[in-house]
Amino acid sequence: MTATQAAPTRWVGLPQPRREDARLLTGQTSWTDNIRLPRMLHAAILRSPMAHARIVSVDVSAALERPGVVAAFSGADLAGAWSSLPTAWTVSPDMKSPPHLPLATDKARHVGDGVAVVVATSRDAAADALEAIDVEYEPLPAVIDMEAALAEGSALVHDEVPGNLCFTWREDHGDYAATTTGDDVVVVRRRYVNQRLIPTPMEPRAVVASATPSTGEVTIWSSTQVPHFVRIFVALNAGWPEHKVRVIAPDVGGGFGSKLDVYAEEVIVPVLATRLGRPVAWTESRSENCQATIHGRDLIQDVEISATRDGRVRGLKVDLTTDMGAYLQLLTPSIPLLGRYMYPGIYRFEAHTLTCRGVFTTKTPTDAYRGAGRPEATFVIERIMDELAAELGIEPLELRRRNWIPHDQFPYTSVCGLEYDSGNYEAATDKATDLFGYDELRAEQARRRESGDPVQLGIGISTYTEMCGLAPSRWLGREGYVAGGWEAATVRVTLTGQVEVVVGTSPHGQGHGTTFAQVAADALGVPYESVEVVYGDTSRAPMGLDTYGSRSLAVGGVAIVRAAEKVVEQARAVAAHLLEADPRDVEFEAGTFRVRGTPGEGRTIQEVAGAAFVAHDLPEGVEPFLAATAVLDPETFSFPHGTHLCAVEVDTETGFVRIRSYVAVDDVGTVVNPLVVEGQVHGGITQGVAQALFEEAFYDDDGNLLTSTLVDYTVPSSADVPSWTVDRTETPATTNPLGVKGVGETGAIASTPAVVNAVVDALRPYGVTDVRMPCTPERVWRAIQGGTQ
Amino acid sequence: MPRVRVTVDGTVQEHEVEPRLLLVHFLRDLAGRVGTPVGCDTSNCGACTVLVDGASVKSCSVLAVQVDGSDVTTIEGLATDGRFHPVQEAFHENHGLQCGYCTPGMVMASVDLLSTNPDPDEQQVREALEGNLCRCTGYHNIVRAVLAAARTMRSDASPVGGQA
Repeated sequence: MTATQAAPTRWVGLPQPRREDARLLTGQTSWTDNIRLPRMLHAAILRSPMAHARIVSVDVSAALERPGVVAAFSGADLAGAWSSLPTAWTVSPDMKSPPHLPLATDKARHVGDGVAVVVATSRDAAADALEAIDVEYEPLPAVIDMEAALAEGSALVHDEVPGNLCFTWREDHGDYAATTTGDDVVVVRRRYVNQRLIPTPMEPRAVVASATPSTGEVTIWSSTQVPHFVRIFVALNAGWPEHKVRVIAPDVGGGFGSKLDVYAEEVIVPVLATRLGRPVAWTESRSENCQATIHGRDLIQDVEISATRDGRVRGLKVDLTTDMGAYLQLLTPSIPLLGRYMYPGIYRFEAHTLTCRGVFTTKTPTDAYRGAGRPEATFVIERIMDELAAELGIEPLELRRRNWIPHDQFPYTSVCGLEYDSGNYEAATDKATDLFGYDELRAEQARRRESGDPVQLGIGISTYTEMCGLAPSRWLGREGYVAGGWEAATVRVTLTGQVEVVVGTSPHGQGHGTTFAQVAADALGVPYESVEVVYGDTSRAPMGLDTYGSRSLAVGGVAIVRAAEKVVEQARAVAAHLLEADPRDVEFEAGTFRVRGTPGEGRTIQEVAGAAFVAHDLPEGVEPFLAATAVLDPETFSFPHGTHLCAVEVDTETGFVRIRSYVAVDDVGTVVNPLVVEGQVHGGITQGVAQALFEEAFYDDDGNLLTSTLVDYTVPSSADVPSWTVDRTETPATTNPLGVKGVGETGAIASTPAVVNAVVDALRPYGVTDVRMPCTPERVWRAIQGGTQ
Repeated sequence: MPRVRVTVDGTVQEHEVEPRLLLVHFLRDLAGRVGTPVGCDTSNCGACTVLVDGASVKSCSVLAVQVDGSDVTTIEGLATDGRFHPVQEAFHENHGLQCGYCTPGMVMASVDLLSTNPDPDEQQVREALEGNLCRCTGYHNIVRAVLAAARTMRSDASPVGGQA
């Protein structure tokens, strides 16, 4: 039907509603927790109630007597079945990577650390039997505060890691000290606390595994962003041949980095399925998600900026102390590394020094959370620019204008040596200030200040850039990462003219099924409807490096373009033969091959696919299919940027902060689907706002996580946030053929400092120079009472 | 064990249940309606929202025995004759979902809202959906979708009249 249908000229750029929606809107979903297999058993994990304790003994015998229980194991029982969970990044020569077994054997190191597992015929039976396991713990002191953990005499989380110090590294670009001397130099110092967050995808994690003992094949369904990672690391961990392991990421209900990992349960469940010869399922409860899925952020950031009195920035010095939690998960130590080039932001610094210390504590491990290092960096630079502006008495937007990279200086090599390919900060900022009504709001702010209005207005600015599209493999190799950063795509035009695109990315809400079909439709000149995108199953998409770091389009999407180009060349040979022409004389446009100069006759690529498949009349040496794989290793990162402006009303009597308006003008290069891009920006802004105003993972002195349910961990609701005004400028990336940049993390990177800057801006007449996040009414009120916190 | 009889999406489901069985697990494990997901264990997230006799209920906060004799509509029973309910259509058109995990609950809560308030303003929509958490959309497009569905349902309803 579609073989002769005229293709529209261009799908890229259209706000195409997503094809994923029909299933998700009617409950025809395939969440991992929906999987029901014959004879399936259910696992439940006993987790440590103590932050730090020696495990003296674990007795599972009483659990085995409970109804429905099939098996129960301590960590020691299974210690021979697996090895330490992987950490994929060695960030420094001195990095310590202590053992991290799927179930603890020697010590429990955080509340939620797994110590035993029960397998039963129902989920309830397994959960009920956990209470029959007898664990004798010898309590040890909790290690909670990062700086106290580093101090002499602190209890050790890992006996083999002195001082709880995981790693140190340092970077020097230029001579920072030299920028702080001189009569006209001003230095501003601040300490920022980038609090610990719980990513909280709405779907908790779940794992199902089924094994065929006679063949050694193991199939794992997991709510993961990274089925390819899970495949290789679980195979290595359990000692299974990689090609016997199939990992399926079915519908995945959000990840935000928390499902970019290889978790204990992804080893435990398949090991149990293999051992018991029956399928095994496990789904975490929300409180398990809070305790045993990774957390994000958690840094102390000491920052110093030097500038001339007339408002020219010179040097930036940042000292980071960052909490690893109890163990290194897949990327735990690398998060500050991934942000380290972003501390100078969009500004022209002469020098930049950065030091970083990683610290073990008895808390849930941290790892990648939306933005992974760049939100933390952006927070520092955008906050300190406001503080510098206040110190110098220069309007904060004006200070930024004086220091950012002008649009005519791209490509620009930052003080860190990173080349930003493109950008136009002036255009994005002009558009944002117009939409925001910047001058009017400043005038209103002045009126409210003058009249002593108890509700003060604050304006926050965040002019950010970020680096995303992970990542050039060579760069990753130099940085100490164990894998590459390429992405693979296979494009096949079938006998009937349908197009199958197989990609190695693994979406969990991003809409690759729609947007990648738009990309492929344009690349091949075929109707969007005839393109199907396949992903998330290592047996259907065996090559891939999955979805994180805003890489899917800028790396995977470009791989699709490259594969499609190869297919067009295959088809050109066949078409030329059919048209009785030299391939060099055959042009391809909008899906049709024509002999140059003969506009009438042509063959669509879909017709050519049919002719190739039947192979009745093929030129010598041409194989009877149109299919090609391309692997794209990006040359560099992509550098989205934008200007976010936030207006808040702060009730100085109650400390309550209300976001009155929020404008985001982002430049993410060429936009494939505006609907999807805006959705990513809305969600990202909201997550960043959540850090600024609402969320914090909070531990008491004994190491209990006090925010281990959605009652206490206050993810904002629809009533807590306004609508967002979102617009774009489009400066195409020059480093990929689509001109695209990443968008998945921009909102979360940009919005946090915009909101906090607005809160502080409102309160600056009260002597407030910082409010610790989240800026709850209590914290804001206390800041007003005490001036500087 | 008590025996309960519940009509789920138009089909009678009769099962013996443990007294502690929650409606959401009755739906997922006994009635085979896995389209209604579980997102938390404290009745905060709303992902499991269904309609019980026309009113929205978080199905994790109700025991199966409490709905004996009731009529339950889940996300799987909302579309009729293969056509989206106007709320489903509006979520699609306005990109009101990304990962889709909160979507069944969001849609059912929105259907309930519009049955009691056919012409809500933005703030009323935001307050009505306060018990349903979403981590992907920032709620922006969900609110747009509900307002759009309200418009559609009002214009669909007016010529015919009297349709609930």
